[in-house]
Amino acid sequence: MERPLFSVRAEAFPAGLRVLVVDDDPTWLKILEKMLRKCSYEVTTCSLATDALSMLREQKDKFDIVISDVNMPDMDGFKLLEHVGLEMDLPVIMMSIDGETSRVMKGVQHGACDYLLKPVRMKELKNIWQHVYRKKMHELKEIQTHYNNEDINILRYGSEDLDDRNLTDGITNISSARKRKDVDYKEFGDQEFGDPSRLKKARVVWSVDLHQKFVNAVNQIGLDKVGPKKILDLMNVPGLTRENVASHLQKYRLYLSRLQKQSEDSTSGGNMPSDLINNDNVANFELTSSTNMQQCSEHTKHVGTSENLVPGIIADAHIGDIKKIVPVQGIESEKGLISDSPISQNFNNVPRLSALFSFKGMTPGIEEKAREPTTSKHQTLHDGAPRMQCMHYPGQGNCGMLDDYSYLSSSDQDHQVSFNLCSSSPVISATVTNEKDMKDLSEMKPVPTDQRNAHFAAIPQVACMTGSVSLQIKHGMVHSQDAGAICKLDGSPNTKGCSTEQIDNQECFPLTCEFSPKSEAELDSLPGDLHLCSIQKFGCFEDVGFGGAENFQDIISTPDTQVQNDWYISSELNNDYLYETVDYPLIDECLFA
Amino acid sequence: MALHFSSAHPISALHPLLCFFLHDTYPEMEYASGLQRQLASMKKNLFDQGYLDEQFYQLEELQDESSPNFVEEVVTLFFRDSSRLVANIDQALQKYPQDFRRLDNFMHQLKGSASSIGAAKMKNECTSFREFCNKENREGCLRSFQKVKKEHAVLKQKLENYFQLLKQVGPVDKATHSGN
Repeated sequence: MERPLFSVRAEAFPAGLRVLVVDDDPTWLKILEKMLRKCSYEVTTCSLATDALSMLREQKDKFDIVISDVNMPDMDGFKLLEHVGLEMDLPVIMMSIDGETSRVMKGVQHGACDYLLKPVRMKELKNIWQHVYRKKMHELKEIQTHYNNEDINILRYGSEDLDDRNLTDGITNISSARKRKDVDYKEFGDQEFGDPSRLKKARVVWSVDLHQKFVNAVNQIGLDKVGPKKILDLMNVPGLTRENVASHLQKYRLYLSRLQKQSEDSTSGGNMPSDLINNDNVANFELTSSTNMQQCSEHTKHVGTSENLVPGIIADAHIGDIKKIVPVQGIESEKGLISDSPISQNFNNVPRLSALFSFKGMTPGIEEKAREPTTSKHQTLHDGAPRMQCMHYPGQGNCGMLDDYSYLSSSDQDHQVSFNLCSSSPVISATVTNEKDMKDLSEMKPVPTDQRNAHFAAIPQVACMTGSVSLQIKHGMVHSQDAGAICKLDGSPNTKGCSTEQIDNQECFPLTCEFSPKSEAELDSLPGDLHLCSIQKFGCFEDVGFGGAENFQDIISTPDTQVQNDWYISSELNNDYLYETVDYPLIDECLFA
Repeated sequence: MALHFSSAHPISALHPLLCFFLHDTYPEMEYASGLQRQLASMKKNLFDQGYLDEQFYQLEELQDESSPNFVEEVVTLFFRDSSRLVANIDQALQKYPQDFRRLDNFMHQLKGSASSIGAAKMKNECTSFREFCNKENREGCLRSFQKVKKEHAVLKQKLENYFQLLKQVGPVDKATHSGN
């Protein structure tokens, strides 16, 4: 969004930097406002975190940077930090009178780009603009990297495991998509950095309307015959790329499959006691101090071909029609977990969940509308739900949000991996990028490449339901077959494909990180809070304070692995999604936010 | 208005001499400068005795034409908010069994608030209160809180006096105030 005074601002930068200050202490708010004004910044103050968040959501481009206190009554500062990082991808500076190393570390883990100690001095505030600038530079760099990687991936993986249909689609469209992206990129490259706020972030928000169009298009074509290109053409939405549609379609399919499976398998489907769910979820929320949202109990990735997709799919009436069973779940429950809101009661209706899920920045109200009237249960969560679905990992490398993925064991012997999101935050992004793989989902098998990937018994329907989440919580990780391997990044380009788009959509975070055995040690060395990927532990239940992007990246041993790229890319919110998703053996839901 | 020099101070020793000197030449000035000196002295005491710290100077730096009463406004805001917090803590302390976490949260807030105006002594008492809280020492908390309240009240009174005097002295060059 261009501001009319763009040129003026660009010249004056950093003067005119638009700062949002959040602090429940009125005295500090007044002082900070004065200080920032003296730095020639444009200041907006807010004493409630929830107000700040809605302000940020309403006007996405209104602010360049957020400064927030850590201790606030209505919402934990770290949580706000995560939200902002995920949804708006703005640099956030934390403040506190408490300078204890552990707190500071926590802030950094959650993605804070700086941590100031109170009393804050003018000179510290004078320099905050560098965070804004740095971020923009970083994003551009990421885009460049992404483009480079894409090229490699296309060459390497372009034709693997693709359906005929998809293949054709993919190939013909990838190049055109790339062309589009090239143009965008050039725009970036040429832009002056004088005003970082001008740098555009391409992101697709699957609003209710958009999703509805999508669903309509899908129905019109017929789910069996649908393909991203056809949907795109039918939807006729300018600016929407085939990749956007493709990734969204994958999610949708998974979502439907899951619904289908749930309705087939569950006896108690959707009968999870709301209380239970709520309580559990609440408990989960409580578990992590600031990182409620993201707790990733385990990032077990799954195995095999099925991708665990992020259930970001918006609920749709057609869900019932889907025959495919998708073992993936999780996100839905994640959804419910959106931290601040009470856990939704019953996710039986996946549609609900997904709706919540994929909506970025949707307000709860909108979600309500999106929900089907029949399933009222879901509701819930979403007070914040839409936003958090995908954990975007802000470039600062914080993995604030971890999804909890727990393996639910079930009697069902399908090797389905279910990720239940235990944590409140919707971080989920299982990404199933491969459309064609929807069929394969039922054949999920352990990924041969990573023996550590436990296969998880799919948990029927539970996955989607918050109830299931709570169940899981209770059970703890059932079968974690070991390992800490949580995210398995199969090194496949697939994840990558998924990631960017999803990131853009903030829907899924195809985070698949492969934890090789040697990373076990690394896991140990991670901050205690980071139970991330430890399957054994239910990450969600513990305080997953991890943001550890840095840690994570350490774990990813080879910089040029796909994994890292993918992860990196997925962590960059602003990357455009270029890839046609191909086979994604593993879907990693855990967003290391 | 009560003006007193709370402690032996070089200026007070000089005062009679200066009065003598100035009285002859600039009577009005003597009065004004006397007030100013009092003000300066009062301020110096506040710092010397540890009631205020560096942060208070920072606030003064922020004061300018667009907000000429900035410091006083901030201080007023502080006392209003902190009084509320103190009352909350008082209430919380009455409860049984003690919720130390909640108390700690309150005190954390209060401490953060105190740091905003540079209320050093008060801040220190808040810190020791939190230490007692951590150890779940109820007795210690109660005693410590009495100290916090006391520091809060004392500082409030002193700053009220200070600002009253400040008003009397009138808008003066900053250097005069902080320099003396």
